[in-house]
Amino acid sequence: MTAFRASRRRWAINTFMTGLMWAAAAAATVPLLLILFNLLKEGITSLNWAFFTHLPAPPGQEGGGAANAIVGTVLLVGGASVFGLPIGIGAGIYLAENGRAPLAVFVRFLADVLNGLPSIVMGIFAWEVIVVPMHHFSALSGAFALGAMMIPTVTRTTEEMVRVVPSTLREAALALGYTRWRTSLRIVLPTAMAGIITGALVALARIAGETAPLLFTAFGNNFWSLSINKPVAALPLQIFNYATGPYDDWHQQAWAASLVLIALVLLISLLARFVTRSGFSRGVE
Amino acid sequence: MASSSVPAVAERSGTFPGADAPARMEVRSLDAYFGSVHAVKDVSIRLPEHTVTAIIGPSGCGKSTFLRTLNRMHETVPTARVSGEVLLDGRDIYAPGVDPVSVRRHVGMVFQRPTAFPTMSIRGNVAAGLSVLRAAGEKIDQNERVERALQRSALWEEVKDRLEESALGLSGGQQQRLCIARALAMEPQLLLLDEPTASLDPISTEKVEDLVHQLRQEITVVIVTHNMQQAARVSGQTAFFLHGEMIELSPTTEIFTRPRDDRTEAYVTGRFG
Repeated sequence: MTAFRASRRRWAINTFMTGLMWAAAAAATVPLLLILFNLLKEGITSLNWAFFTHLPAPPGQEGGGAANAIVGTVLLVGGASVFGLPIGIGAGIYLAENGRAPLAVFVRFLADVLNGLPSIVMGIFAWEVIVVPMHHFSALSGAFALGAMMIPTVTRTTEEMVRVVPSTLREAALALGYTRWRTSLRIVLPTAMAGIITGALVALARIAGETAPLLFTAFGNNFWSLSINKPVAALPLQIFNYATGPYDDWHQQAWAASLVLIALVLLISLLARFVTRSGFSRGVE
Repeated sequence: MASSSVPAVAERSGTFPGADAPARMEVRSLDAYFGSVHAVKDVSIRLPEHTVTAIIGPSGCGKSTFLRTLNRMHETVPTARVSGEVLLDGRDIYAPGVDPVSVRRHVGMVFQRPTAFPTMSIRGNVAAGLSVLRAAGEKIDQNERVERALQRSALWEEVKDRLEESALGLSGGQQQRLCIARALAMEPQLLLLDEPTASLDPISTEKVEDLVHQLRQEITVVIVTHNMQQAARVSGQTAFFLHGEMIELSPTTEIFTRPRDDRTEAYVTGRFG
């Protein structure tokens, strides 16, 4: 009975291909794991309570922390959400509801182009639009640059999420005498909400680590500042300054800041996953 | 003008119980289009009060499209158009100045697949339409309306202890009756059912059919169905559609035993479709 035996050739190809896929998967994950491992090793030794509570030490002095940078990053990301989320979500709903209108086709194309725009260009844009007229760097301009970076991602994920809401639900609402506006607001949006929140969190995680758009907008600050009108510190800027500086102590601070930044991004990503799992399956069967 | 080329509809009236009741709805030479496709051709039909009218016909014959013209849902599809008159209690719902949204509040509709709103509780689903009435300034006792609608749709006993739970926890058949309750909560005079049992098992189907039979005592019902036995069980009069035309409108007891048109006979005896 040879009829049910796989041919040697097929067995060989199968084994070879499976091996190839394993190798590709390893090549994709191993560098990431190495980075995380190294970051953990270098960062954990430099991380102490003072890092979270103290301001940066003056140049030449040991110690200090990055409390202002942590708060600054939260401030910038929060400000970016104020700019980016309403515009992104609004545009996404528009695209989903009016998919084939000429304006929608144009907006969708533009969002895809913006998505690939180098972040430093977004920084220059914010500099030109806000820093130049105001004559000084500010948290506002940094938040604006990051917010503009969020818009294309949020727009496209919102569009996708609104689009997967079954059209039968929309019809059912219209048949009850809902206006289109009410249907979008009361039926479609809540059903898509978990997915939209997930998309927003993914966009947040992405911009939290951006450095280039902040170089000539938020600029950085060695002191406390919660004013949107003044330059503000941010973790990526702090890392950039410390890592390129001359002191060993600064390099240790840069490692610690990197670890905190990665932890922050990881936390946002985990939150996104959690939201997806808890709400989304309920939303769209 | 097009009507001269359309064969006369074979029609008998006054031969089923309630046939001479006043018309809840009267459709006069109705045409419906999708772009250049003429989906419903010159249909006229009278829907007497407290009568169930079944619409049968093969897939693509225009029966669902026709149903959707009766509450102005047809025009929610891009390029869709309607001409003709549809009188609801004597008033043309296509007259200039009539708001389609307010028409839909007076004509209930239930679809082929259950459309329970997934983010709402059972109570929230039944009350979903009431919120638009309240927003329009009507005074409504929501709890009373919800309970009554659930009782009329024979769902109250099954869900009264879990009104706050998600509607998605209900079975398919229960969800469909929930959708009927949601439509009934608006207290419509006319209920449109678009193949309401197509996605249900036989036992759930029987419950929905019993329900339709009961509802006839209070309101007027139009049901589109693929299932001829279902049409025979629940309806007083039956219309047969083919290629967008209404071929025959007869009392249900006659259309399945003594159809007047050869094409109706071919369809009801299973020779095509």
